[in-house]
Amino acid sequence: MSIETAGIGAIAVILIMSFVTLATRLGGVFVMSFVPISYRVKQFIGAMSGSVLVALVAPMALEGDQGARLALLTTLVVMLVVKKPLVAISAGILAAALVRYLIG
Amino acid sequence: MSDLPLPLQALNRQLVWDGFKQLLPISLFVTVFGVAFGLAATQAGLENSSILMMSAWVFAGSSQFAALELWGTHVAVIPLMITVFAINARHLLMGATLYPWIKHLPPAKRYGVMCLVSDANWAMSMQAFNRGEAGLGLVLGGGFALWLFWMIGTWLGMAFGSAIQDPRSLGLDMVMGCFMLSMVIGGEKNGRIVIIWILAACSSLLAYRYLPENTHVIVGALAGGVLGAVWMEKNHEH
Repeated sequence: MSIETAGIGAIAVILIMSFVTLATRLGGVFVMSFVPISYRVKQFIGAMSGSVLVALVAPMALEGDQGARLALLTTLVVMLVVKKPLVAISAGILAAALVRYLIG
Repeated sequence: MSDLPLPLQALNRQLVWDGFKQLLPISLFVTVFGVAFGLAATQAGLENSSILMMSAWVFAGSSQFAALELWGTHVAVIPLMITVFAINARHLLMGATLYPWIKHLPPAKRYGVMCLVSDANWAMSMQAFNRGEAGLGLVLGGGFALWLFWMIGTWLGMAFGSAIQDPRSLGLDMVMGCFMLSMVIGGEKNGRIVIIWILAACSSLLAYRYLPENTHVIVGALAGGVLGAVWMEKNHEH
């Protein structure tokens, strides 16, 4: 099933996103008022929340141009060294711009 | 004000205002991320009203960036829902960790406060509780500060983004990827997590290559999650 994003469709998509996100915000407290969340479920959620971002970024590195790849590599390295997201993201963007300017 | 110490679950106007002020410094950084989102959303082709609406109602950066990645003339609903859920599932853990204090509030207030929970205000409220201070004002007031500056940033990015002619030559198409990658690397890191990420990346790439469109996100998230559930951390916190 898919929704066309022209006009009212975009609002429907955003409403769906809001509903799912709200369910995660309220769900933890709601579930805990009936039964404590087990350690295994917590471990599943913890592992999944990082994995989904990795799963989104991986194809960008594989399919992207040299600029995209160097941007991601730069962000990775700067983040490991400096540990400041804004610095790492800025460095990544700058790397992409530079590579594209030099290679074209 | 009386000198009697407030109970930890206390929530009054003063605590909410204090929470708002305590989150202001972090909120300035949130503004910059909001600018990045506004920019990326403009490039993804969203209308201005949709961009503002998404920031106002969803109010969860990583999942909003991910939605842009899935955005096109059509959006596949189920992959979108699963992706948003998987990224925001950490809110479930925040609710679970706040439960010992928030359970003392009446249900309407309890869930009202949770509507604004986010990474930064949750982390600061947990620190407050651990110091023996009332922390729910930080969740509510701080959450409102984060929301407000997220909106301001989104609006700025949107206005700025529509003025740029060739965002790709400036590397701005990489805002999204670099943002998500920095969120991954900024989290907790150890051997177990890195192996989980490698499995997530490999299964995502395989699905990207061989399975229908947009399934790679779900496949990668589930593969990582299942490995995490099977191979659990040793230190039980009970």
